[in-house]
Amino acid sequence: MDFALSDDQTLLAEQLEGVMGSLSTLTRVRRHADARAEMFAADLWEGMTRFGIPGLLVPEAYGGLGLDILDAAVVAEVLGRHVVPAPFLGPVVAAPLAIGWGGSGAIKSRLLPRLAGGELRIGLAWSSPAGERNGEAVIERSGRLTGTCPFAIDIAGSEMIVVGSRDGRFHLVDRAAEGLSVTPVTTVDRTRSVAALVLDDVAAEGLALSPSDRLRLDYALQVMLAADLLGSGSRLLESAVEYAKARHQFGRPIGSFQAVQHLCADMAAELEPGRALLWYAAHGLDAGLPDAGESALHAKAYLADAARMASRKAVEVHGGIGITDELGLHYWFKRVTWSGQAFGGAIRTRERVACLHNAAVLPQRGAA
Amino acid sequence: MDLSYTPEQEQFRAEVRQFLVEHKADIPAHFGVNRPSDAARAWQRLLIAQGYAARNVPVAYGGAGQPHDIMRAQIIADEFAVARAPLGLVNQGISMLVPTLLELGTEAQKRDWIAPTLRGDVVWCQGYSEPGAGSDLASLTTRAVEDGDDFVINGQKIWTTTAHGADMMFALIRTEPDAPNKYLGISYLIFSMKSPGIEVRPLRTMTGAAEFNEVFLTDVRVPKSQIVGERGQGWKVSNSTLKHERGMLGDPNAALARMRNLLALMTAQSTDGVAIMDMPVFRDRAMRLQGRALAMKCHAMRLLTAADKGEDLPLARMIVKLQATELNHEIATLAVDVLGEAGLAYDDEAHMRANEIWQKRYMFDLGMIIGGGTAQIQRNIIAERGLGLPRELKPARPTAA
Repeated sequence: MDFALSDDQTLLAEQLEGVMGSLSTLTRVRRHADARAEMFAADLWEGMTRFGIPGLLVPEAYGGLGLDILDAAVVAEVLGRHVVPAPFLGPVVAAPLAIGWGGSGAIKSRLLPRLAGGELRIGLAWSSPAGERNGEAVIERSGRLTGTCPFAIDIAGSEMIVVGSRDGRFHLVDRAAEGLSVTPVTTVDRTRSVAALVLDDVAAEGLALSPSDRLRLDYALQVMLAADLLGSGSRLLESAVEYAKARHQFGRPIGSFQAVQHLCADMAAELEPGRALLWYAAHGLDAGLPDAGESALHAKAYLADAARMASRKAVEVHGGIGITDELGLHYWFKRVTWSGQAFGGAIRTRERVACLHNAAVLPQRGAA
Repeated sequence: MDLSYTPEQEQFRAEVRQFLVEHKADIPAHFGVNRPSDAARAWQRLLIAQGYAARNVPVAYGGAGQPHDIMRAQIIADEFAVARAPLGLVNQGISMLVPTLLELGTEAQKRDWIAPTLRGDVVWCQGYSEPGAGSDLASLTTRAVEDGDDFVINGQKIWTTTAHGADMMFALIRTEPDAPNKYLGISYLIFSMKSPGIEVRPLRTMTGAAEFNEVFLTDVRVPKSQIVGERGQGWKVSNSTLKHERGMLGDPNAALARMRNLLALMTAQSTDGVAIMDMPVFRDRAMRLQGRALAMKCHAMRLLTAADKGEDLPLARMIVKLQATELNHEIATLAVDVLGEAGLAYDDEAHMRANEIWQKRYMFDLGMIIGGGTAQIQRNIIAERGLGLPRELKPARPTAA
C-alpha cells in the first residue's frame, strides 16, 4: 500500500512547476487576458510541448508518453497553480482518450502521433456532463451533425473538434468543415478558450466509444478540473498566507490576528483532504476501481466547493487590494469559478453521485 | 499510488480474518461502562497474546512485543472494523499513560503499571483540565508542596473521563510555583484514586449522561517517587501523550460507517409517501457529507503511507481533528433533520434505539469539537505551526505569586 505520488510524479510536478513559473507569469497571463480576439497562446503551448505534455495520454505506440490519468492530474494541478492560458482539456485529455478508445486504426495512426507531437490540437464540444442547456444540442443524422453547442472548449488554435451528440456518441469534425460556424465566447475566465458552435449538416468521422468509455472520459475530465481547482485554490491560500505575513496594520502583521489566521486555517483544512481525494479518484480511473466514477464526481464537487471557499477567503485576507485588477488575484478567483462550473457545478455533480448511489443500492429506483 | 498489499500482508490479513472467525464466540457482548467487564479483559488478554493489541509494547511489560509495522496495524484495524469486533480496550491509560511510561518512566514504574493497565486490571483517568485552565492548560493551578517523602496536592480537575471507576490518575500538578514561566514548574504525577482527600463528582452533560467528572483534591499525599520524568518537566512529558490523543480523534472508517447508516435511514424514512432520499435538498446535503467522509478516508490513507515511510506531513496531520469532529457532527445534524419529529424521541424511546441514537450523537459530537483542543485552538495551530503565520500576540503574564 502506497497512497502517495510516485517519485516520477513528484519530479514531474516539480519540474513543470519551474517551467510554468517562468513562462506563465502574471504579465504573460494579463497580456493573454487583455486581448479580446480569439487567442491561442502559442508560446505557452510550445513550452508545454517541449515538456511532452501533449503526448501525456497518447499511447507509446503512437509516439506519446502513455502515462496515466493521475500523471495528467499532476500536470493539471500545476497548470491551475499558474493559471496557464493554454489549451489542455481538449487536446491533451479528451482528444487522445476519445480517439485512443474509440478511433479506428486508421484514425489513430493518422491523428495520435500528431497530437503527441503537439502540432495537432483538437477542441471539445460536449454538453452532456454539464447538462443540455435550454435544449441546445448536436444531433447526428447519417454521419452528419446539425445543431448547436454553446460551450465548446479549447477551440482557439485547434484544427479539429471532438463533438458529442445528443445520443451520447462522439464524432470528429474538421475546424474548417463546411456548415460549421464558430463564435468565440468571452467567459469570466480569460485564461480559458470557449466558443459557441453552430453546425449545419457538417461532415463528421465517428468515434466508437463504448458507453463505459464515454463515462470514463467524463470522469477523466472531472478529475482534471478537480486538479486545476486544487492547484489554483492552493495558490490562492499561499498568496493569502504570504500577504498576511507581510501586511502590517495596528503595528503588527495581520497574520497574527486570529480572525485572519482562522480564514487561512479554514482554507487549508478544506483543501488538504481534497488532494488525497483527487489522487484516489485519478488512481481509481487508472486501476479500474469499482468506485472510480463516484470518486471522480466527488473529487470535482468537493474541490469546486473548497476552491471557491478559498478564492473568496483569499480575497478577503488581502482586503481592498484583493479586488483590484493590478494585484491579479482575480485571475485565480476566475479560474476557480470557471473550473467549478465547467462540465457541471458542485450541486449537479453531487446529484450525479446520488443517482449512481441510488442505482447501485436500489436498482428499481434508478436515476431518480 | 498502489493500493494493493504485499503477499505477506495479504497472508497476514487472512490470518486475522481466520482468528476473528474462530473466536467469534469470545467477542464480549458488553464491554462494561466504568470498568472493563471480565469478558472484555479476557478478550484483551487474547488479543495481546495474538499480537493484535498492545502490539509494540515489549513482552517484558505485558505487551505483544511486535515490531513497528503500520500496515499490519491498519490491516488489523480494518479487519476488526469489518467484523464489528472491538480491537481490545480503548482507554486513556492504554493510549496515553502507557506510551508516556515507555518513553519516560523509571524501570520500576514500567514494571508496576504497564502490564496491569494493558490487561484492564488497572483503570486510569487523566487529570489535566481545570476549571480555570482549559485551552490555556499550562496556566493550571492545582499545586503540590513537599512534605517529607511526599507531595501534598490541593486543587481541582475537571472533564475527567472514567474518574468514578478509575484506580489511578495521571495528572499535571504545579510543583514549582516560582518557575520563570508557566510551562516550567509543572510535574507529571501518578497516584491512586483511593488516596484520602479525593472526591469525585459526576459531571452531567447535555446528553443527560455523566460522561465526565470533577475531581477535588484536598491534602492528597503522593510519594515523590510517583513522578514521571523530571520534576518541573511535566509539560514536556504530557505533550508526548497529547500527540497520542489527537491521533485518536478521527477514525474515517467510523465516519464512513455512520454515513452508510445515514443513507440507509434516508432511504427507509419517508414523509408524504416520498423517501427522504428522493428529496433533492436532503440528498444534496447527504452527498456533500459523503464526499467529505470519502476525502477524510483518503486523507487518512495518505497520512498512513507517510507514517509508514517515517515521513511527517505536519499540515495534513494538523487538520484531522478539526475536520473529522466537524464532519461527525454534521452527519449527526443531517440525521436529526432527516428524522424530523420522529427523531426527537430520546432516552429509552424505541425510536431512539432504532435510529442509532442520532440525537445523542448530535449533542455528544458537539462536545468532541471542543474536547482535546477546541476547533478554534486547532485553527490557531494550523495557522501558526502549519502555515507559518506569525504567532498571536500574547498579553504579558504577571509572575505567578
